[in-house]
This record gives sequence, structure tokens and C-alpha cells, in this order.
Amino acid sequence: MNAIAPTTPSVVARRIVPCLDVRDGQVVKGVRFRDHRIMGDIIELAARYRDEGADELVFYDITASPEGRSVDLEWIRRVSETIDIPFCVAGGIRSIQDAEHVLHQGADKISINTPALERPQLINELVQVFGSQCVVVGVDSIQDGQGYSVRSHTGTPDNMRTPGRGAMDWLREVAERGAGEVVLNCMSSDGTRAGFDIVQLAAARAVLSIPLVASGGAGSVEHFIAVFEQADVDAALAATVFHSGQITIPALKQSLAAAGIEVRPC
Amino acid sequence: MSIVVVDSGGANISSVLHALRRQGVDPVFSADADTIRTADRVILPGVGAAGQAMDVLRGHGLVDVIRSLAQPVLGICLGMQLLFTSSAEDNADLLGIIPARLHRLAQSAGLRVPHMGWNTLAKVKADPLSDPLVGQWFYFVHSYAAPLGEWTLASSNHGTAFSALVRKDNFYGAQFHPERSALAGARLLQNFLTNCVRA
Repeated sequence: MNAIAPTTPSVVARRIVPCLDVRDGQVVKGVRFRDHRIMGDIIELAARYRDEGADELVFYDITASPEGRSVDLEWIRRVSETIDIPFCVAGGIRSIQDAEHVLHQGADKISINTPALERPQLINELVQVFGSQCVVVGVDSIQDGQGYSVRSHTGTPDNMRTPGRGAMDWLREVAERGAGEVVLNCMSSDGTRAGFDIVQLAAARAVLSIPLVASGGAGSVEHFIAVFEQADVDAALAATVFHSGQITIPALKQSLAAAGIEVRPC
Repeated sequence: MSIVVVDSGGANISSVLHALRRQGVDPVFSADADTIRTADRVILPGVGAAGQAMDVLRGHGLVDVIRSLAQPVLGICLGMQLLFTSSAEDNADLLGIIPARLHRLAQSAGLRVPHMGWNTLAKVKADPLSDPLVGQWFYFVHSYAAPLGEWTLASSNHGTAFSALVRKDNFYGAQFHPERSALAGARLLQNFLTNCVRA
């Protein structure tokens, strides 16, 4: 056997990531965080997205009570058994122990948001124990005067806080602390279906050399093309447009490929 | 067929077990030397840091056990990296089965590290494990990588080409995660279970 030089250099594909909000074992959706309606069974939806060619799934656990959560990690194991693509679990992870429980059930990554703002050292600790490839930091950010600033406790709108951090500074810090990926949820576009916040995502891209996932505002195929072309994000996350069937993943990927954007074919 | 998945630490091993069950086999998760020695196939998974994983293997007294195995062994992700001599990550000494050192992937504009996402395989060498998989997409997530060498069956590219599938005698390794690589990943596991034979 003669070794020959590889002749087909490849480029990592841009990822399409459906996001499923999970409450008490069901996928729910409302106008973000309010008026939740049950959208369906977790396993059925996860299998549907697997079959349609989603590259990764994010499950956002919004189970109301901490007591409910500790008995309710069973669904993570069932998702892990069912799907053969990576998935991330966000929500309710505040400690190494919480993260360990979620990863033990078969999640590939965990995502933290408010607990990282409250105690940034948690990022370093999670990276130390599980490796940066497991540790995603979610950031909720909104335009604030000339710049962008982060919000915490966004899971409960009445409780939302402004920790007084500039979003771009926080992104730099998150990366320095070893996070493997950032999901940037641009709050002013979230739920609008008017398009991703390209300007903010491009600014985030400029300060981040770790993977960046765009979140908030997806309403059409053109929005996905724009966010990959203009903000150079690694992945785009959306919920409603996928759950409702308004955009199907095979059709989306065909359009992206036709626009010259590298995607994994379905 | 008896399949052992080696307990090399790390929290998220269950996805590998689930993927094997989807292949219709019933893997045993173990750090027991005799269980590993007598298995028909051995899978060495791993996530996290190379030095820590080696500490776990040393703690279980498994370093020489793994080195001396003659049945097909498949290292997955960090498990593949452990087959090499050393890593720039924590300057760790590894199992030393494949004579090369792992380097950190270079970070630059447009080139993110970790290398996270789906990428394709390019053929370097003919092998029953990898031949049907050339051009297919697999899920990668790693910051360190193995150089190309006589051990490389298939490469992938993230700025520069690196070893994506490797083989030294009965020791095989995949830098990507077959358990999270959809049907292409299932095909790799199936090839390993059916096409790879004892040294």
C-alpha cells in the first residue's frame, strides 16, 4: 500500500441547528418564554430532525422547578439513544455536578448562560473537567446605546437583569476562559422572524476565534444565507420556522448549497 | 461477539454505547483487564484532556494491557489520540502505539479552534475500514490533531490536512465521532465490527 497525498482538501460545513424548548418532558413553544404551547413529543421531534438532516440539536430545558429537573433527565438518555447526531443541553446547569448528570445521560455538550455571568470561573472549571469541546456559553445580548450589553435571567422575563457587561467584552472573556463555542442570541431580533442581527453577529465574529452560533430572528431561507455570508457564523439556530414546517431542512440546505455555502447534504 | 468499551474516564461515554446497540451488539463498559483482554473487539473512547485520560488508564493498570491487545481495537476521538506517542496537550505521554506527536490546530481568521462540525474524509490508503467512507461527512470536535504518516488511512482538512482515520496493525482510530456521525458513522462502526480482524 502506497501512501498518497490527499487530493480533496475539505472545509468544515456550516451547521443548521434546530432548537427545542423542553418543559417537563415535552417540547413547548410560546412567544419566547411566555404562553407555552406543547409542540410535541421530544423523541418524535428529535427523530424527525435527525431524519431531515439537521446537523445538531439544542435542547433548552426550561423545566420550572429544580426538583422537577433532577427527576427529569431521563429524556436526555432517550434522546441520546434515538439520535445519531450531536446534541447540546442548555438550561438549569449551575455546577460541575449538574453538567456531569447531563453528560452522563448522553448529551454531547452543555450550555450555560446566567450561571456563567454570576460566576465566570465556572467556565474554567467546566473546561478543566470536561474539555472545551463540551462547554458552550449562551449569551443573550441587546443593543444598548452605541454598543451591545448582555442580559441575564432571560428564562423568566419578569426576573431579567442587566449585569452591566458589554457583550463584546463578555464574548472575549468567555473565549479566554476556554469555552468551546458561543451561541449568541440577539434579543432584539428574537421571535421577530425578520432576520438575524447581522451587524451584531459580525461584530461578535470579529472578536471570536472559537465557533459562533447565530440565534434569534430566522424567518426565511434568505436570512440563513445572509447570516452565513455576511456574519461568517459557523452555525445558525432556529426554532419556530422549523417546528412549524415553514422551512424544511432539506430545502434550506439545497438553497444554501446553491448559494455556494458549504453544507452537509441531507 | 463480545465488545468492550474501555472506561477511560470522561462523562459522556453513553453515546458510544447507544451507537453500538444500534448496530445490534451488546457492549460491556469496563476497566477490568481480563474483560478487555478476552473481548472480540475493544473500543477506546474518550473526551476531555489526553493527560487525564492517561491517568485514568494508569490508575486502572491498563496501559500495558491495551498495548498488548491483538484483537481489533478502535480508538474514538481522544481514544484515537491516546494511541500516539505524545501530545502537545499538557505535554502528555500517551500509549506509544503509533510513533507521532499530536499538535494543536492552528487558529487564524476563518479557521476556528476547536475544529467543530461536519467535515469529509479524503482517501490516503486503501483499507476495508475506510474505503467505503471516502467523501462522506463525519462530526468532528477537537483542538489537537495527528499529523499524516504511514498510519493514515484517511485525512481531513482544517487549515492543514490531519489524520482522520488511522491504523497500526490491529489498532484503528477515528478522530471524528462515529457515534454522532449519522449513517456514515454507523457504517464505520459496522465496518469495524465485521471487516477488521485479529493481528
